[in-house]
Amino acid sequence: MSVRDELLLGARAAIGPAAATFALGVTFGAEAVAAGWGHAAPVVFSAIGISGSAQFSLLTTLSTGTALVAILSAVLINARYLVMGVALNDSLRGGRLWRAVQAQPLVDASFVVAHRGGGRFDVVRLLGATIPQWSCWVLGTLLGVLLQPEPELMEQLGVDVVFPAFFLLLVLEELHSLRALGAAALGALVAGGLLLVTEPGYALLAATAGAVVGVLPEREPAEREPVDREETR
Amino acid sequence: MRLWLSILAVSAANALLKASGPLVLGDRRLPAVARRVVALMAPVLLAGLITVELAGEDWNAVDGAQVAGVAVAGIAWWARAPMLLAVLVGAAAAAGLRAL
Repeated sequence: MSVRDELLLGARAAIGPAAATFALGVTFGAEAVAAGWGHAAPVVFSAIGISGSAQFSLLTTLSTGTALVAILSAVLINARYLVMGVALNDSLRGGRLWRAVQAQPLVDASFVVAHRGGGRFDVVRLLGATIPQWSCWVLGTLLGVLLQPEPELMEQLGVDVVFPAFFLLLVLEELHSLRALGAAALGALVAGGLLLVTEPGYALLAATAGAVVGVLPEREPAEREPVDREETR
Repeated sequence: MRLWLSILAVSAANALLKASGPLVLGDRRLPAVARRVVALMAPVLLAGLITVELAGEDWNAVDGAQVAGVAVAGIAWWARAPMLLAVLVGAAAAAGLRAL
């Protein structure tokens, strides 16, 4: 498959999550203006930060505490990218610096879209998946800044279903084995338990501990060969 | 100025977090055990994201219509609906429940 095809495949697989990102971007833009951030800062932040969890965290904490605490909270919430960067590294090519550059398009949905199975990732597909995500995130933020819609309207339209629904469908496609099912269940359990005592970002980081199921010796046949999403549907 | 410096700091730290693994590891491959762990990272992350999205901090964000909408999307997908259509059906179900 050519680079162009892989890029398009990644972009096509990410269109759904990107639509959800757009809706979330509208919410971020509207809330940032309401918090007194002005019009330029939210859009620039979305363009260079491209991280919903960190951006919402900074938005919430900057107005209630010191800047240092707000920055640290936002960074810690994104600590899962450290784990995901390590996971991605075996699939990257070239020297350390070039590998670091290739890891930059990493966002949650593109990490999943680029997963070819068995811990292997397609870097071109990762980039292809991030392009619509980034575009929709920035455009959504811009629209939110300009229109400032009421959060109630988004809820009435069922927009809050879009993100978790896409994640559900993506995880269903990832569950090729009992190990994956067990790991996902453990991750959900850890996240659910920690939500009672800590912030969602930290609960999410801790959920990655569910992958320790992978240290158990394999007792079943190798995972199925990766299947290009949507191609079989 | 405080806002802009905070935005730049978070954005730079975000880029560094993504770069750290490749910068430290270079072309060294992970051991087999670590590769098996890495292979499970995507489903685990997704399961965590779903939980966090639906439950929220202290489980205060649980919303019956939202949960039902997500379940309907899952059922629609299982019934062979394309992904985008399944999600739209789920969103419509939640909107319908709220309108009742």
